[in-house]
Amino acid sequence: MHRIVLEGRGNFAEWRDAARSLLAAGVAPENVDWRTRMDAAGDLFRQQDEGLPTCTSSPSFTVPKAFLPLAEAVICHSDPARFARLYRLLYRLQEERSLLAVRADKDVAELHDMVKSVRRDDHKMTAFVRFKEIPNDTGGSRRRFFAWFEPDHYIVSRVAPFFQRRFTDMDWVIATPKGTAAWNGEVLEVSTAPAENPHHTDQADALWRTYFRNIFNPARLKVKMMQTEMPKKYWKNLPEAELIPEMIASAEADVIAMAERAAREAPLFHTRLKSAAETPIVAPSGEPASLAEVREQAMHCTRCPLHCKATQTVFGEGPSNADIMIVGEQPGDQEDLAGRPFVGPAGKVFDQAAEYVGLDRTRTYVTNAVKHFKYELRGKRRIHQKPNLGEVQHCRWWLKLEMNFVKPKLAVAMGATALSALMDNRGKLSDLRGRMLDMGSTGAILVTVHPSYLLRIPDRVKQQEEMERFREDLAQAALFQRQQVGSPVASE
Amino acid sequence: MKKSLNERLAILSDAAKYDASCASSGTTKRDSLKSGGLGSTEGSGICHAYAPDGRCISLLKILMTNFCIYDCAYCINRSSSNVERARFSAEEVVWLTLEFYRRNYIEGLFLSSGIIRSSDYTMEEMVRIARELRLTHNFRGYIHLKSIPEASPLLIEEAGLYADRLSINIELPTDRGLTQFAPEKRPANIRRSMGDLRLKIEAASEPTLQTKRRKRFVPAGQSTQMIVGADQSNDSTILGTSARLYGSYGLRRVYYSAFSPIPDASKNLPLIKPPLIREHRLYQADWLYRFYGFGIEEITEKQPDGMLDLKLDPKLSWALANRDRFPVDINRAERETLLRVPGLGTKAVAGILSSRRYRRLRLEDLARLHVSLKKVQAFIMAEGWTPSRLIDRSDLRAMFEPKPEQLALF
Repeated sequence: MHRIVLEGRGNFAEWRDAARSLLAAGVAPENVDWRTRMDAAGDLFRQQDEGLPTCTSSPSFTVPKAFLPLAEAVICHSDPARFARLYRLLYRLQEERSLLAVRADKDVAELHDMVKSVRRDDHKMTAFVRFKEIPNDTGGSRRRFFAWFEPDHYIVSRVAPFFQRRFTDMDWVIATPKGTAAWNGEVLEVSTAPAENPHHTDQADALWRTYFRNIFNPARLKVKMMQTEMPKKYWKNLPEAELIPEMIASAEADVIAMAERAAREAPLFHTRLKSAAETPIVAPSGEPASLAEVREQAMHCTRCPLHCKATQTVFGEGPSNADIMIVGEQPGDQEDLAGRPFVGPAGKVFDQAAEYVGLDRTRTYVTNAVKHFKYELRGKRRIHQKPNLGEVQHCRWWLKLEMNFVKPKLAVAMGATALSALMDNRGKLSDLRGRMLDMGSTGAILVTVHPSYLLRIPDRVKQQEEMERFREDLAQAALFQRQQVGSPVASE
Repeated sequence: MKKSLNERLAILSDAAKYDASCASSGTTKRDSLKSGGLGSTEGSGICHAYAPDGRCISLLKILMTNFCIYDCAYCINRSSSNVERARFSAEEVVWLTLEFYRRNYIEGLFLSSGIIRSSDYTMEEMVRIARELRLTHNFRGYIHLKSIPEASPLLIEEAGLYADRLSINIELPTDRGLTQFAPEKRPANIRRSMGDLRLKIEAASEPTLQTKRRKRFVPAGQSTQMIVGADQSNDSTILGTSARLYGSYGLRRVYYSAFSPIPDASKNLPLIKPPLIREHRLYQADWLYRFYGFGIEEITEKQPDGMLDLKLDPKLSWALANRDRFPVDINRAERETLLRVPGLGTKAVAGILSSRRYRRLRLEDLARLHVSLKKVQAFIMAEGWTPSRLIDRSDLRAMFEPKPEQLALF
């Protein structure tokens, strides 16, 4: 039997060195008696025990990467069994290389539970340390703070860097029965010696208690929930905790008192506000006199249910006397968020093609057949859904008004939805594609595909072909636009 | 006479407590080692205290003022309420935040406000506080600002430079509910401002030509809150609205806040005990949607009236309604299927997946992964275990329901 005596106050290196020698000598876990100096002191030294094996050959073994952080945490645990458990795992790891992945293994699970406990303690320390300001008698300009905390495990050196990162501009000391950490702006000093609680006080605690009492909602008392997260053992060092018993005791009475205080007459300033706001904002209605009015009315459109799920109406955009009106299908995800047509991926394809063929985008009016985004949720994404005939019909109201005010000489229908919205006798897109259809008094219509169709073609060659055709179609519109020279352009 | 700071802190924290959000997580990691200043964020949040209502206290959650020109029926600070009013100066909020932070009471500030004068005026004051903290005091802790409805996009943009998180409350699950209870609020404008913020966050996260570093803009994203139980909406409507908000605006969180009676309450509202269990079930369903691959319709479709089961958690009640999908073989099933087993959480599933590559798992193995066997055993097959018709038992549901409790006499 090998008897190994360690300080056991969270120092990983002392265990590592011992474990290396034992492992190099091939000592089985059941032949090691791990002790901390504290419990070894009371023990009579048993002569038959050996200490560390002396080993001449340099140890040649490795551990998986994940072992180190696990071991460093476990060593900080206060359970005396930690050294032996860790050594057993280390020993087994030499044969079973992937043991750490077997989370359900008894040894692995046990150590993970210890890690969990240490990490929880780390976390509670970052949460429940309370600094008290102490007078600055050193003459320096830095403010000084002191905290007393009682951790379950030997974690002071693990958690101290957190406080250094956070409270860099002040001097502080965190004292605990398991060690002390101190920061003075230059050095972070950590010791493992037990400290005493000097019981400092801080006036700010009174303000904190005021906050704690008032942020509490007595109508939702859940004491158990509080205690799982903030167990009673921490209460004695939390300035706010002394209020808890009284807060719980009076909660019910507070709620009853609140219920009894029924609504009273409103205060004066409310009445003044109300009378000042007498003139209500009316949503515009009736015959619109301008495109701007149509747009304003469309913002409040509830003609079909699509408005319920969309962010906003996406109305057309461009000069109100444009020669050419581009009609797409409906706004997409980006358009819905931005409130402007043709700003998403398909809009970019259109812009590039328009630029390529020399179609002046600033002189066209762009809009959609349907003004609200229709989609279905797939996971957390909004997937575009084709608007149905009814929705297109409802929204034609707005498209017609846009046509009436803009009076374009040419309307470009991009995609089948736009086509059916613009032409009552619905022809097939493939039959009409690329043709300039004279509609008499309402101007001409040019039919092409929707740019989003181009984005969806998986085959690169086919996509390039279709892009060419799309450009050819737009080139007709560009030619048409150039033929309209001299017609004035007003911006909206 | 002017109220003392302590009195005003009492009023303005009391006024802020009906907002459920207190998270300080999900932001970028940063610290003060280089700047030599104050404050850090570590990715995961820290709850510095818990009140007896079981809620975490992570941030100093206060209003700048509880004067308000809006008259939202559900709100303690509505203009028609007789609640005591107070206001902090910007300097006072800055001072309180820093002093509380130095004592490690908090992770940072969650600042909201009643609307005074105008939305822009109010938002501007709030932005000033955040700017002071960041630029004058070099404060690197967490800041959550409430966006004031109708505030100008430029102010929101500036707020986003200093704040870790911005939020604007949707308040009620339906537009009708909101117009009924909050006559001054425009649901469409709230959605528009969420959409606008999402676009800004996405634009800021794109690398520029000059540098790979992303601009810091609302790194912890946006969140919102819905009040549960003030109007008649059922859970299916509420969850549908949440799903839409997550999908449309990339929200990090939707908070559900059980409507809690407020002092001097409006007569239009139920003065009841807050439906805490309902709130809890909604959070569970929200989790199933976000982390367990459930669709919202799946969770609520087999529930009468579109309400979640109050007695059983939503995953368990989904499983009981879809027994044909069970038992699941834990040694073979895919991750997605395992995640649907009642009693298996994401961590347990990860443990199962990594362990079963090396050995066949038995019930004891699950117990070591901290899985409740009582809950899980009817739904799984494991080495040496088949639930022998357990899944078909007609009283299976009763095995999970909480024991009926005798009412207290006093």
